[in-house]
Amino acid sequence: MYSASDLRKGLKIEIDGEPYIIADFQFSKPGKGQALYRCRLKNMISGVSFDQTYRSVDTFKPANLDERKMQFLYAQENEFCFMDMENYEQTFLSEEQVGDANHYLIDNLEVEILFFGERAIGITLPNFVDLTVTQADPWAKGDSVAGDTKPVTLETGYSLRVPPFVNQGEKITVDTRTGEYVTRVKE
Amino acid sequence: MLQESRNKPGKEEKERLSQRKSALRLRALMVHAVRDFFVHRGYLEVETPVLIPAPAPELHIDAVPAGHDYLHTSPELCMKRLLAAGYERIFQICRCFRQGERGDLHLPECTILEWYRANASYDGIMSECEDMIRSVAGTLGFSQNMQYQGRPLDLTGPWQRMTVCKAFQRYAPLPVEESMEKGCFDELMVQAVEPRLGAPRPTFLYDYPASMAALARLKPGNPTVAERFELYISGIELANAFSELRDTEEQLARFQQEKTRRSELGKAVYPLPEKFLAALQFMPEAAGIALGIDRLAMIFTDRARVDDVVAFTPEEL
Repeated sequence: MYSASDLRKGLKIEIDGEPYIIADFQFSKPGKGQALYRCRLKNMISGVSFDQTYRSVDTFKPANLDERKMQFLYAQENEFCFMDMENYEQTFLSEEQVGDANHYLIDNLEVEILFFGERAIGITLPNFVDLTVTQADPWAKGDSVAGDTKPVTLETGYSLRVPPFVNQGEKITVDTRTGEYVTRVKE
Repeated sequence: MLQESRNKPGKEEKERLSQRKSALRLRALMVHAVRDFFVHRGYLEVETPVLIPAPAPELHIDAVPAGHDYLHTSPELCMKRLLAAGYERIFQICRCFRQGERGDLHLPECTILEWYRANASYDGIMSECEDMIRSVAGTLGFSQNMQYQGRPLDLTGPWQRMTVCKAFQRYAPLPVEESMEKGCFDELMVQAVEPRLGAPRPTFLYDYPASMAALARLKPGNPTVAERFELYISGIELANAFSELRDTEEQLARFQQEKTRRSELGKAVYPLPEKFLAALQFMPEAAGIALGIDRLAMIFTDRARVDDVVAFTPEEL
């Protein structure tokens, strides 16, 4: 159990059977009064937030969360299938749960799947993923200035802007935290 | 540790401390100006022990244990013993320790200015507090119309004075009596009242419910409130003051009550401060105040967090 003095931004606790992350935290103590722990709590499944003020006598159950290393297998009918690399068990996430991560999901990509108890609720990608450019306009050498970018589409269907020298069929590294181009992969 | 793994934290600390340098310099000048103010008014600077056997039993203030003793949470009890012995105007700037207090406005180790004056009551201390802060602003070269966090702050007098009752009437959804009955006084104070106080002019919030001032005198003619005030500047609580309680029996009863309430909540129960109680009968009519130096430094350096006006926070040690 956590006590109120353990509360801080980023702590994950369970309320009414659901996991919450403390998105914002403020400690207040009016003169001679009691300590108040003001939290903005975000439901880790629905994403809905609410504000709650706790007192020093309150206690909290840690959210039973763990991350498992899994491999992306395939997507079908708005479901994404992952396989546990230790016991080969398969788990599914909905399109909503995967969110923008589907910009980077290529076959066999290793990811961390977040479990609340036995329920898969989220995905953490590696910070960098290499992806093939499937569509890019050719670049006429010389007709561009430094800092120019052009749009390309990747094998996952994700579109982003890259330097003009990147060609169709080449692989690039993308930062999954920002969705931005990092470098061209030399093969 | 490998030299390489020390490089990054070392560099970050150097950067952080050099960014804080201007604030720390202003803070040091401010403390000098505070001292000058009191010395010029005939106050004697005193130093009382930080390590004490019996902190004042107050329900919501937790002392840090140190061996068989405690680190003081305020120099109040020792300073009142000096008052009782005829030291009529005294001040002290010292470190105080309060367990578990950490936030944008709180450090578990903070710097407090306390001053006590014989033959004064809390309204005399209000005026003196106002004079002190205005005088320090002047010494530091600030105009009386300054800014704090983008909002105007007007130090010209007289500052606003409002009773707790009036403040709840004006800003809270419930009157003060009802919020106490429902046990949500602190919540409403923090969420509805405090943010509206002290801007553009500082506010003295005064006359607190009698149960919220373990060491204050009750108001003659209205025993439901205690002669206690707090100073707010731009929504930030800066100081707490009382007309001091001098009745030994009454003080003992209140300490016993706070001890009982602490033990009911499963909190540490401190020994009674017997020597303070023994001295109390000799204490003249007096008033005293505790003011947060870290927070005053926040106002003058225009910083939103106490972290930015100290060299090291607990997390940076």
